[in-house]
Amino acid sequence: MDLFVQQTVNALALGGTYALLALGLAVVFSIMGLINFAHGELMTISGYTLMYCGILGVPFAVSVPLAILAAVLAAVAMERIAFRPVRGGSGATMLITSFAVAMILQVLFQNLISARSQAVALPQILSQSVHLGNVIIGVNKIAAIAATVLMLIFLDRFMNRQKTGIAMRAAAEDFAVARLMGIRANTVIAGAFAISGLLAGVAAVLWVSQRASVDPLMGFTPVLKAFIAAILGGLGSLRGAVAGGFMLGFIEVYLAAFLPQEFQEFREPIGLGLVVLILLFRPNGMIPSRFLGLIKV
Amino acid sequence: MTRVPLLSAQGLNVRYGAIQAVRGIELSINEGEIVTFLGANGAGKSSTLNALVGLVPVAEGRVLFDDQDITDLAPERLTPMGLTLAPEGRRVFGGLTVEENLRMGAYAVNDVDRRMAAWDMVYDLFPILHERRKQFAGTLSGGQQQMLAIGRALMCGPRLLLLDEPSLGLAPKIVGQIFDLIALLRERDVTLGIVEQNVAMALEVADRGYVMAAGRVVATGTAEELRQTDRLRAAYLGEE
Ligand SMILES: Nc1ncnc2c1ncn2[C@@H]1O[C@H](COP(=O)(O)OP(=O)(O)O)[C@@H](O)[C@H]1O
Ligand SMILES: [Mg+2]
Repeated sequence: MDLFVQQTVNALALGGTYALLALGLAVVFSIMGLINFAHGELMTISGYTLMYCGILGVPFAVSVPLAILAAVLAAVAMERIAFRPVRGGSGATMLITSFAVAMILQVLFQNLISARSQAVALPQILSQSVHLGNVIIGVNKIAAIAATVLMLIFLDRFMNRQKTGIAMRAAAEDFAVARLMGIRANTVIAGAFAISGLLAGVAAVLWVSQRASVDPLMGFTPVLKAFIAAILGGLGSLRGAVAGGFMLGFIEVYLAAFLPQEFQEFREPIGLGLVVLILLFRPNGMIPSRFLGLIKV
Repeated sequence: MTRVPLLSAQGLNVRYGAIQAVRGIELSINEGEIVTFLGANGAGKSSTLNALVGLVPVAEGRVLFDDQDITDLAPERLTPMGLTLAPEGRRVFGGLTVEENLRMGAYAVNDVDRRMAAWDMVYDLFPILHERRKQFAGTLSGGQQQMLAIGRALMCGPRLLLLDEPSLGLAPKIVGQIFDLIALLRERDVTLGIVEQNVAMALEVADRGYVMAAGRVVATGTAEELRQTDRLRAAYLGEE
């Protein structure tokens, strides 16, 4: 029972990080039909910001917001420089563009920083744990869950109460009609990228907090997982992205914890098999987007 | 009497690749008028309206609104100037509540008083929208969605409102309500351009009309004149 509680906490922490990343992918996809594979590099940028802040002796409480800000600015710059010129292009054009952006950034990290993994200085407290009865929970896990919950509440408020957030939902549904209301394409698209950067930045801080290192390909695996989560939840659906992220986190953590030793080798394929199984029964994901297939931009 | 029209188009052409949907149309709408655009399916009526508001590009020709050249302006620039369209097929934001839809309609209005006046006017014209304001627009009936689409377009306080087939797919009783509303809008100083399939009702509320066929204007005149010409019927039968 204690082990179960402990693994559930782990699953919530990992699933929450996936959820934030999947949400970032979904916000951009829902508005402009782009699957941004360079989303992972936004994480990496945040990771390196944390690393350099550590080297310069910047207090963690300052370096975290700086790292998140770096991802937001990078996301907005990415849209401006790489994606605006191909806006309205086919899904394939935009997808290839995002691959190119990801690769260029990876090469830059490898050559300008280091091809190898670098240590990131973290405050002591993150590696400590608290005892609740017989359950031992890492502070970094608690922080991850709390940060995820705060981000989800923030995003929910933003998308449902703020004028710009509502405009983003409207544009995701019917871009042409949104423009008829006076909603500017640049505003909602830049807004979507800023939010995806914010989510990637927070996810990066959480990711690095569990590992204390950063490397040029750091963003690849989590964003691949987030992509799976987004599809599992229903591509383009924000609630789906959150549900898919948590679902994937639970599948991974529970399999790692409860699968018999002799099957552990096959953990990843079994996990992906479960994903395929869910998609077999719900081909459009757990919470499908109602508006997928409508014209974007 | 010579007055400058609120909106006019000269030599308007619209193309979709090789398809030429609008072929050199001349049209004008004066302040305070209701002008209707009639013609069979595929005649180019929607393409014309969409080109006027910048939703589809103008291939050739010029569009003037309030004496300004708006030919190449995007829709988001025209709304603040007082020109908007309630598009064909209603296209309400189904995943937004009625209230959120209307709020988006007023997106471009920064003046608080003007916004309040718009809320009052729309809820006054459509009490049902006030009743259903917390409901998702996707759950409304077709007639209610059409009212929402018109209400949403009114929220920006337009000087000229273009309506593309407001009665499309609605029950006869609801169609009557929509046309009653159009008559009410005239009293509120909204100039209207209306595309309609329902010729009889359109000519009843309109002052003037254009009859289109195969991308051209084949007849124009006052509503009274159009009711009497054969060209109207000819346009529907596809003769020119
Ligand atoms: N987006 C589009 N792409 C290609 N052809 C179109 C498009 N929209 C309309 N058309 C074509 O343009 C012509 C005029 O259509 P439309 O303006 O919708 O006519 P109406 O509103 O009078 O029914 C039709 O032949 C139609 O098939
Ligand atoms: Mg039409």
